[in-house]
Amino acid sequence: MRPFDYVEAQGLSQAATLGRGTGQGQADSPTQFLAGGTSLIDLMKLDVLRPRRVVGLSTLRDANDRIEVTGRELRLGGFAKMAAVARHPLVLAHCPAVAQSLALAASAQLRNMATLGGNVLQKTRCTYYRDTTWAACNKRTPGSGCAALTGFNRNHAILGIDDSCIAQYPGDLGVVFAALETQVDLTGPTGPRQIPFTALHSPAMGRPHIETTLHEGEIITQFRIPLGAATRRSVYVKVRDRASYEFAISSAGVALDLEGERVRQVRIGLGGMAYKPWRSLEGEQALSDKPLTQANMEAAAAAAIAGAKTHGLNDYKPELARRTLVRALQEAKAMTPAQQA
Amino acid sequence: MSKMTRRSVITAGAALAGTALHPPPVNAGADAAAAQGTRGNVARVRLMINGREHQLDIDRRTTLLDALREHLQLTGTKKGCDQGQCGACTVHLRGERVLSCLTLAVAVQSQPIDTIEGLSPPNGPLHPMQRAFIEQDAFQCGYCTPGQIMSAVACVREGHARSDDEIREYMSGNLCRCAAYPKIVAAIKQARGPLEPA
Repeated sequence: MRPFDYVEAQGLSQAATLGRGTGQGQADSPTQFLAGGTSLIDLMKLDVLRPRRVVGLSTLRDANDRIEVTGRELRLGGFAKMAAVARHPLVLAHCPAVAQSLALAASAQLRNMATLGGNVLQKTRCTYYRDTTWAACNKRTPGSGCAALTGFNRNHAILGIDDSCIAQYPGDLGVVFAALETQVDLTGPTGPRQIPFTALHSPAMGRPHIETTLHEGEIITQFRIPLGAATRRSVYVKVRDRASYEFAISSAGVALDLEGERVRQVRIGLGGMAYKPWRSLEGEQALSDKPLTQANMEAAAAAAIAGAKTHGLNDYKPELARRTLVRALQEAKAMTPAQQA
Repeated sequence: MSKMTRRSVITAGAALAGTALHPPPVNAGADAAAAQGTRGNVARVRLMINGREHQLDIDRRTTLLDALREHLQLTGTKKGCDQGQCGACTVHLRGERVLSCLTLAVAVQSQPIDTIEGLSPPNGPLHPMQRAFIEQDAFQCGYCTPGQIMSAVACVREGHARSDDEIREYMSGNLCRCAAYPKIVAAIKQARGPLEPA
């Protein structure tokens, strides 16, 4: 690990000032915020991230880790720990998919450390990004190429990619956030602002080293999920190479509001498949206002992966995505959602 | 205490080797930093370990794991992968299990940290979880065991040890390459009764 200066921010406004140089997720950003540390310290040891200054945010934790339902919104503090959100009764009752996506992620130890804000910003697990002995990685070193295109790409993305980068967004919670029209509250040098979660991560667009739309020094203070009948009937299905403590090779987050058989509202997110947290509007449109029959579920799943592009070792992924989504829809259909409080 | 243990033999041996080759270091942390050409990177760090405060002058890059093992001689906490993938380095921070290999020492100052050494008093009886691991033969090589035990104690305290499946799920962050998993589950079941939250 390279030497760095360490400072602890006393409050949000000081964090914003000290956060000059945090960039938009570039590997060579001179400043990095430290929250739970589970991604940052790992990637600093690997020499992927090489900050000259690390800004500790632990003093912000207590003021920004609330978990509450206000009006028709589930509000989750940016500094809430994954473990605390996963087990919270309000989350389990109002939006079980959020709790499931967290409980199925990482390990108990990591969930005690990692914050929600850090979790949604976690870096890809692409081997060529994480291993600096590979020269070609546009995400790590802009313009150097992409070793994964013809390399070991078994768990690389099939949606939202281009020839500059086929790295997969590895998170679970982000998939659910994307599907559920979550809003993100930010605080930074220019004051507070709100953005939709789906606008937080940048598309590849030939410049995959730019990962977010955050301004320098901005910090995620809160996530807000609009609640309704669909979020109460929500589910997260995760398919992994081993039964626990593993990243997804495929996952689906689904929220469903049914009137009898008819789909009044559906929200669909896909994980293990895409360059960024992926909401499938195509899948949602294919089901909306239709009866939730097996045939319609299959048609929606086919629509969700229509734009997929594979690169050899991940040729299996479209079919796995299709089946994962159908299973998630079946599970949501079979649910008995909690009654509205 | 004059009793010879494996630990005291190793520590004495290391000290001996050190004096044979080098003058005794004045300050281990500053010395290591100077060797790497980063004297300016040393920070004074206060750590609260097992109820005792320690003050160290260490390189800012030092993880909690390395601070424990290399600077405080608390070698019960093990370094397995050093990448947050194996759980051998599990300790309790503010009463919750965390990975010390992904924690910077400088970032957890003055916060209560508990290690395997603090689980039972030096000459007192073993913690029920330690006893259960011995009685159920829940290890072979023993390298992952301190991490397993720290994780297991927290697992029971969290209320996540109600069934075999739940124990397996909530202990999945601790790998055991000797594959003592069935016996680890048995040990946690043995210990969970007396330890469960009221």
